[in-house]
Amino acid sequence: MSERLFVSTRKGLFHVVRARNGWVIDDHVDFLGDNVSLTLTDRRDGRHFAALDHGHFGVKLHRSTDTGWEEIATPAYPPKPEGLEENDMWGRPLEWSTARIWALQTGGTNEPGVLWCGTIPGGLFRSVDHGDSWTLVRSLWDHPKRRQWMGGGADVPGLHSIVVDPRDSRRVWIAVSTGGIWFTEDGGASWVQRGEGMRADHVPPELTHDPIAQDVHCLAQCQAMPERMWVQHHNGIFVSSDGGRNFSEITGVEPSVFGFPVVVHPKDPDTAWFVPGIKDEKRIPRDGRLVVTRTRDGGRSFETLHVGLPATHAYDVVYRHALAIDDTGEVLSFGSTTGGLWVSENAGDRWTMVTHTLPPVYAVRFA
Amino acid sequence: MARVAFTANIQRHVACRETDAAGGSVREVLDNLFAALPRARGYVLDDQAALRKHMTIFIDGEMIHDRVRLSDPVGETSHVYIFQALSGG
Repeated sequence: MSERLFVSTRKGLFHVVRARNGWVIDDHVDFLGDNVSLTLTDRRDGRHFAALDHGHFGVKLHRSTDTGWEEIATPAYPPKPEGLEENDMWGRPLEWSTARIWALQTGGTNEPGVLWCGTIPGGLFRSVDHGDSWTLVRSLWDHPKRRQWMGGGADVPGLHSIVVDPRDSRRVWIAVSTGGIWFTEDGGASWVQRGEGMRADHVPPELTHDPIAQDVHCLAQCQAMPERMWVQHHNGIFVSSDGGRNFSEITGVEPSVFGFPVVVHPKDPDTAWFVPGIKDEKRIPRDGRLVVTRTRDGGRSFETLHVGLPATHAYDVVYRHALAIDDTGEVLSFGSTTGGLWVSENAGDRWTMVTHTLPPVYAVRFA
Repeated sequence: MARVAFTANIQRHVACRETDAAGGSVREVLDNLFAALPRARGYVLDDQAALRKHMTIFIDGEMIHDRVRLSDPVGETSHVYIFQALSGG
């Protein structure tokens, strides 16, 4: 069971640890006062990574050392070719510059040192030296259909999910808001679109079922059965049993199918958790009641988990990286935009509030 | 050589002492400056080597005009100030 959490917030990186009296915030805070957007723990060697956004001074990446943190290379775009006209969906020049680190993932166990990084405005980067240097994956960035990606939550496209097949690290899936799901089976040399069966209700009818038009909010894969994937989408929940080729929509989920995060049980592909909001235009819990939804039968039915969560006047939104599950599948945690942090040690049956006074939470990860 | 000073706020991340740097344009001055202080480059310039969106540079009290090519001229005795623009809250 994991006993330590990294909680990335608008104002620092908090460590939450399992103590005798429950989960508590450690007195030591890293990067206090700074905007920490995401962390990654490399279980192959124990290193931790933290993405920071200094606003004026840009995005930075830090790596843990024996004594603290060191700044390492930030994934940076190559020079935009002179004369290239490439605009965002608003008609403004698309800036080839890392505006946010929105996904961090380790490569497979057979490729120590390999890391993947997803960014806004949509570039995927790869490192083969633990983050000392990064290379833009040109095969995806130069793919002609990449120009059809659009902004979702941000003005320009964002690559937020990276999934590496535990059986074959050359097989990697990424998801883009908006741009759907993309897959490589040759370590990133070539890419194909995946995600038939998803449906977007915010685009013209002729694009509704186009895989590239899908606003995937989060893509999660079952470690024990990698062909099983779950998607929290802008307007629904979708599940695939064939490695993302085809998805089925899950409907009738109460209180709603809108949300940002999804996690799947590492050993049970039929069990997944979501944190719903009312809908895209009302990004708050229904009736001010914060709940987690869980299916244990592949989406045929859902339970509404609420024990220990606020039942009235809760306006927490849980971002796509702010729900986490540990390797046992029993311990979950999530943090909210209004500074709440909860932990469950029984798969979500009961939750304990660690605090409700954190800065806005961007990401929660078990160390 | 021009005299270059940095915002105090950058010092928390990278120590950038006031210094002299040669060059006839903002680009040349910054290139010379960052040759000796490479880690500061990414704090001032973006991936395309343009001035970061929320940064600004003054030369002898006047804000530069060319934030992309950094072609504004710098005099032999100019004072160059690298500041953050006010934004956020």
